[in-house]
Amino acid sequence: MEENSINSSGRIKGLIQDFGLPRLIITGFLILLLIVAPIVGADLPTQISNIINRFSWNGILVLAMVPMVHSGCGLNFGLPLGIISGLLGATISIELGFTGPVSFFMAVLISTPFAIVFGSLYGWLLNKIKGGEMMIATYVGFSSVSLMCMMWLLLPYHSPNMVWGMAGKGLRTTISLEGYYKEALADILQINIGNLMIPTGAILFFALLAFLMWAFLHTKTGTAMTAVGSNPDFARSAGINVDKIRLISVVMSTWLAAIGILVYEQGFGFIQLYMAPFYMALPAVSAILIGGASVNKASIMNVVIGTILFQGIVTMTPTVMNNMIHLDMSEVIRIIVSNGMILYALTRKTEGSK
Amino acid sequence: MDNAPLLEMRNIKKDFFGNQVLSDINLTLKEGEVIGLAGENGAGKSTLMRILFGSDVIRETGGYGGEVLIQGEKADFQSPFDAIAAGIGMVHQEFSLIPGFTATENILLNRESKKKSVLSELFSDRMDTLDRKDMERRAAEAIQKMGVNIDGSMLINNMPVGHKQFTEIARELSKEQLKILILDEPTAVLTEKEAEALLDSIRGMSRRGIAVIFITHRLHEILEVCDRVVVMRDGVVVGDDPADKTSEANITKLMVGREVSIERVSAEGEEKKPEINEENADIILSIKNLWVDMPGETVRNVNLDVIDGEILGIGGLAGQGKLGIPNGIMGLYDAGGKVVFNGQEIPLNSPRKCLDASIAFVSEDRRGVGLLLDESLEWNISFPAMQVQNKFLKKYLGGLITWRDDRAIHEVTKKYIDELQIKCTGTRQKAKELSGGNQQKVCLAKAFALGPKLLFVSEPTRGIDVGAKKLVLEALKSFNRDNGVTVVMISSELNELKATCDRIAIVSGGRIAGTLPATVPVEALGTLMISQVV
Amino acid sequence: MNKTNLGDIFRRFSVPLMFVLICAVCAPISGLSPSYLANEIVTRMGRNAFLILSLLIPIMAGMGLNFSMTLGAMAGEIGLILVSDWQIVGIPGMVLAMIISVPISALLGLFCGKVLNMAKGREMITSYIISFFINGIYQLVVLYLMGPVIPIKHSNIKLPRGYGVRNTVSLLSMRQKLDNLIPLTIAGVKIPVATFIVIFLLCLVIIWFRKTKLGQDMRAVGQDMEVSKDAGINVEGTRIISMVISTVFAGVGMIIYLQNMGNIATYSSHSQIGMFCIAALLVGGASVDKASIGNVFLGIILFHTMFIVAPKAGTVITGDSMIGEYFRVFVSYAVITVALIMYETNKRKNKSRAGEELARAQEEENEGAA
Repeated sequence: MEENSINSSGRIKGLIQDFGLPRLIITGFLILLLIVAPIVGADLPTQISNIINRFSWNGILVLAMVPMVHSGCGLNFGLPLGIISGLLGATISIELGFTGPVSFFMAVLISTPFAIVFGSLYGWLLNKIKGGEMMIATYVGFSSVSLMCMMWLLLPYHSPNMVWGMAGKGLRTTISLEGYYKEALADILQINIGNLMIPTGAILFFALLAFLMWAFLHTKTGTAMTAVGSNPDFARSAGINVDKIRLISVVMSTWLAAIGILVYEQGFGFIQLYMAPFYMALPAVSAILIGGASVNKASIMNVVIGTILFQGIVTMTPTVMNNMIHLDMSEVIRIIVSNGMILYALTRKTEGSK
Repeated sequence: MDNAPLLEMRNIKKDFFGNQVLSDINLTLKEGEVIGLAGENGAGKSTLMRILFGSDVIRETGGYGGEVLIQGEKADFQSPFDAIAAGIGMVHQEFSLIPGFTATENILLNRESKKKSVLSELFSDRMDTLDRKDMERRAAEAIQKMGVNIDGSMLINNMPVGHKQFTEIARELSKEQLKILILDEPTAVLTEKEAEALLDSIRGMSRRGIAVIFITHRLHEILEVCDRVVVMRDGVVVGDDPADKTSEANITKLMVGREVSIERVSAEGEEKKPEINEENADIILSIKNLWVDMPGETVRNVNLDVIDGEILGIGGLAGQGKLGIPNGIMGLYDAGGKVVFNGQEIPLNSPRKCLDASIAFVSEDRRGVGLLLDESLEWNISFPAMQVQNKFLKKYLGGLITWRDDRAIHEVTKKYIDELQIKCTGTRQKAKELSGGNQQKVCLAKAFALGPKLLFVSEPTRGIDVGAKKLVLEALKSFNRDNGVTVVMISSELNELKATCDRIAIVSGGRIAGTLPATVPVEALGTLMISQVV
Repeated sequence: MNKTNLGDIFRRFSVPLMFVLICAVCAPISGLSPSYLANEIVTRMGRNAFLILSLLIPIMAGMGLNFSMTLGAMAGEIGLILVSDWQIVGIPGMVLAMIISVPISALLGLFCGKVLNMAKGREMITSYIISFFINGIYQLVVLYLMGPVIPIKHSNIKLPRGYGVRNTVSLLSMRQKLDNLIPLTIAGVKIPVATFIVIFLLCLVIIWFRKTKLGQDMRAVGQDMEVSKDAGINVEGTRIISMVISTVFAGVGMIIYLQNMGNIATYSSHSQIGMFCIAALLVGGASVDKASIGNVFLGIILFHTMFIVAPKAGTVITGDSMIGEYFRVFVSYAVITVALIMYETNKRKNKSRAGEELARAQEEENEGAA
């Protein structure tokens, strides 16, 4: 009997270790919020639709982390580079006069070559500096965002819906997507039950990309990518061109980030330019980590769980807190939780590989 | 007290997890005495020295048996620092120097001369300023003690290799309490002239009363400078003679001279393989002028032919380049030269080209190169075959999508688990959870799955227990016999090579020192082994 | 041999040279008068030098660019907020603020050092994330705890809602008190003599520190942790000390910085400070593993000249003032990016060069044999 109890307590400890204490706390916190919400008078269906909505906006940006983690390039702090490709696609699509859902499709189409070119350059750079990827990725992201700040002003955009009214040139900081692709995906098959709103189309789109990613990881190249991330020396000795696989993963990640920002915009209803993409990598990075990924392992499940947990906390905390103590600490909690999670992941020893 | 020897090691025993590596070692050392320690790799020299130096590894693996006495008093070192305090100094094979520091700074690392300052009273003595003048004086003194001239103000970065070695030795000499100095292959990186100078300085130390334990494979150096020669083999001292009463031939014999215990084991019903006839045999792999830049295992100008269907052994001491040969051919390290396989030249520096030509490789670096530790056995075994030969894949949409066939992977993994008796909980178990021996079997299975025509196996039995050893060697032999696959096996253990191979090539100094049939006595191989040691 | 050396030197100073070029082109276009420029640069020298000097010690200890110097900046701000609420003015106020900031900085530095010891090999990205994490804690303290937990009396500091600190805290009572302590104007350029004396003292301390046993240990740890450990140096402890010292200096530096500015932007003053200081240091010719006092001062002159002239020049050229603003932000990030890339590729180059040499030697031998 005693032995059994020791065993089971050991097993629980093992489970906690596998799951990670911070993750446990975050899950517990979210469950607590969900329980407390109705008690303090917040409308639960609204809350849940909020979480689902934010999930549909952010899911693909988080999914964009997966390929680079798999190939051993680490967390993609250079996400803003992909976001910029998406923004270029979005603005050019509008500039060319496309409207409605077509403009979304065109934005995806136009941003793809940008993502491929930027991603290739970025991947080439990351292959030169193996081992120092994350810090350089961060600053490649920052540099590209600040370079684009100048470009948004200088590039010859003319669409009156996008440029400053007075000067007639230079893009605005925020561009409304009303009449373009606002809720282009969310409106497809949308379900409304009372206060509960489910953006079916957007979720299906995420599901499609997630399925494609899952499928890719089951192909020959996908298997090679995982092996490269797990042990590059092993992969090399098995005849894999490690640099090429890493490059593919970076391009994929960059493209997904481009699509991700477009989906985010269709939900949010606005294009945000200039410094807006600056810190977009951090929420995505911490979401996938909260979902159970580590610096060199990530799965689709990690993406789904992480996005729900992260967005759940971001959306629930302000309402619940406000209703409870009339105090909105959500921003502070978001900063501490998301960065705390990244710190936790960085200080874990990368297991295995060597 | 005066009669007590400086150092006495009594009945030293050590095992690593039940694997006896030292048994009943007795060793004494008098003041100013120089002893040479000789033995093959794995004979237990390093372990013995680690015990003497209080290494962490020893304590972490359960300590040792027997006792160490320094000047008649029992010593129990908790860390290398205790050993240093007791007057033992050790110069390791790898340099332990700070590259951007001068020789002086390195010699006195963490033992710098200091001057008090105001703040050191306030905080701690780490705020003392350095007394550069005094440091220079002390370093110069140590350098002078050594008798070799090196520039104290020179950065380690800018030094030739030999001077780095001397800096290390000077560091030990600068310790006032130094009584015993252990030199682990110090001449390996020195030019002939520098080695001469080092031997001179060893004589000088001895005159000053410092006892030296000198480990080297260059036997003539031992004879030149040592008072006594201690030879170890398989964890036992097999010879302890005054240097003037022994010879190189004698030492070699002692080093390798075990009567072969695992004579060619012929399993029941095994068909006797026809003798290999070198004259008119088919050459399957021909290596010409191969050089390989593998750190620590440099290969120079190797010419070697492998006969179709044989098991060729490659032996030699560690660091002489035997590992560089397969690693270089397989493209894992920079290499040059000409390699012809099956009449077709194989481009070097490309692992893929070798694999495409049906050459497979089981690396000696099991954990680093051989395995995906974090992945399942299924992945480990099937991965190269999948990537190189498109095995275990299903094609959809007219070959547009190549899908991993998890069922086929499962089948093949199960097959090899049964065949090689891999102990595991299932095909999905992670490779890192297996024992060393079973991991090695997984590496073999990985290579077998490729169905190669030629298989390089590097150190297949390193670090695995006796039972697994036998199984691995049997598996290799039956793979060779049943599938007609040529096997090139690289191993440090001559007896293992003798028991498994048809011919044995010995590498020394990065070159092939000779190729002999496996039936020659082990002494002949041993002589070749140390013939061109650098 | 000489040729490669020249190339190396050129590469080492390529960033400062580029900046000299940018400044040389932009300065005349901007149309700013030399005396205005001189005044600005001297002011900025006094304002920033102390902060940038605080970066030197972690570089010496091999921990790279200390992105978490913002931790010290936050501690300095907390000190100043409290002191202004207590209405202690002038130099005594500054000194008290420093005294308050030191234990906070030390604690944060200790935390930072411990975390970085757990993330060896990725110190920079980790210290960068730490700065975000602690920023969250800082906001928690300043926005919610100041008022109910830490008493704040004065309504010009407290938010109208009754707790938390306003977006800007005026430091009028301390504004440039240190700078003007010893007034001196040479050729129309106002020189903050007292501030310069403090900076000069810090330089002396750093020079002296390099000569101490601890400084020597840090250099050793920075170059090779394994060897240092084998020699009996407490590697982890030394690394923590270097972070603590850097954070404490950064805290004091922030107080000097803010007394010059004359007000605290409570929630943003510190957020960019790390980036600008690091960029300035790199512009001065420092690299991730090597930096000197000279780099600090050269960096301030070049970086801040660019900072002042770029927006003006941008306006003159494009007619849009924002272009120049964005340009200088871009340049700051680009400089850091380039420095990081150069650092990483150099590390690799050193490795492969050793291999090449070996291969060449063998080839020669092969030729000799043939």
